[in-house]
Amino acid sequence: MQVDPIHQFQIHNMVPVIDLGGRQIAFTNSALFMMIIVFGVSALMIGASAPRAVVPGRLQSIAELSYEFVANTVRSSAGTEGMKFFPFVFTLFMFVLFANLIGLIPYSFTVTSQIIITAALALTVFLVVVGYGFWRNGLHFLNLFVPKGVPKAILPAIVIIEVLSFVSRPVSHSVRLFANMLAGHITLQVFAGFIIMLAGAGILGWFGAVLPFAMVVALTALELLVAFLQAYVFAILTCIYLNDAIHPGH
Amino acid sequence: MDPTAAKYIGAGIACIGMGGAGVGVGIIFGNYLAAALRNPSAAQGQFGNLIFGFAITEALGIFSLLIALLLLFGL
Repeated sequence: MQVDPIHQFQIHNMVPVIDLGGRQIAFTNSALFMMIIVFGVSALMIGASAPRAVVPGRLQSIAELSYEFVANTVRSSAGTEGMKFFPFVFTLFMFVLFANLIGLIPYSFTVTSQIIITAALALTVFLVVVGYGFWRNGLHFLNLFVPKGVPKAILPAIVIIEVLSFVSRPVSHSVRLFANMLAGHITLQVFAGFIIMLAGAGILGWFGAVLPFAMVVALTALELLVAFLQAYVFAILTCIYLNDAIHPGH
Repeated sequence: MDPTAAKYIGAGIACIGMGGAGVGVGIIFGNYLAAALRNPSAAQGQFGNLIFGFAITEALGIFSLLIALLLLFGL
């Protein structure tokens, strides 16, 4: 039996496509899961913290912990001035975290395994950094590309490298999240396919199938770690890029 | 050479690049652990730097994986 590891990333329409004068409006499984994520985050942050208990319950603890966690990250890597971007970073973190975690549930859809979605998120961060950098610092923002204390002779080369590394930021920012999710889910699928193949081979295969099954369990635990880590990496890189916009002088 | 065979060979060669990223990530976490054992009180403050270095290093390996995936499924 063959298992297609790419099948899980296919986007299909949940309802028939509506045609509005040449423009097609579709509601896909990707859109459905994004709505589930937004609903889930809202339920956690608004619903669970609504009682405002002095001694928090379980859900309120999760909400408060995630708030404190992201707030500390923003404060330590973008400074107190970066705290005005806290809602932005927190929204990104919670969206990516929920997308990654919901994607781990079997038969669900991982929104962050679509490059278009991570690219949209990363480009938003990039445009915010560039826009806020120029708005706040004016042309001093370009100091970002001219490090202090570099000998005059190699300065042009350094400037070119700095500009290139700045421009490639949205690429690496989006591809990191996308490729991690994609590779992790393909690996899970391939090992799950081994179970089916071995189990189909007869009674001896059943015993052999225990090995890939144990591997799938271990990989799922690893993916849980990766899901959280990549959301954190996405948030902390956003903070570091915002820090460049706030303090461009290195 | 058969184009399909060349595609699969190319994807395999592209994955070699991930070995370098593996070495780099190992160096980062190994050095962090060594430093954290010497001075555990300072370890917590460097966790952000650890993750940042890990992310930057990992991105390079991910790029080579991306080339492999593009060869296999994209082009």
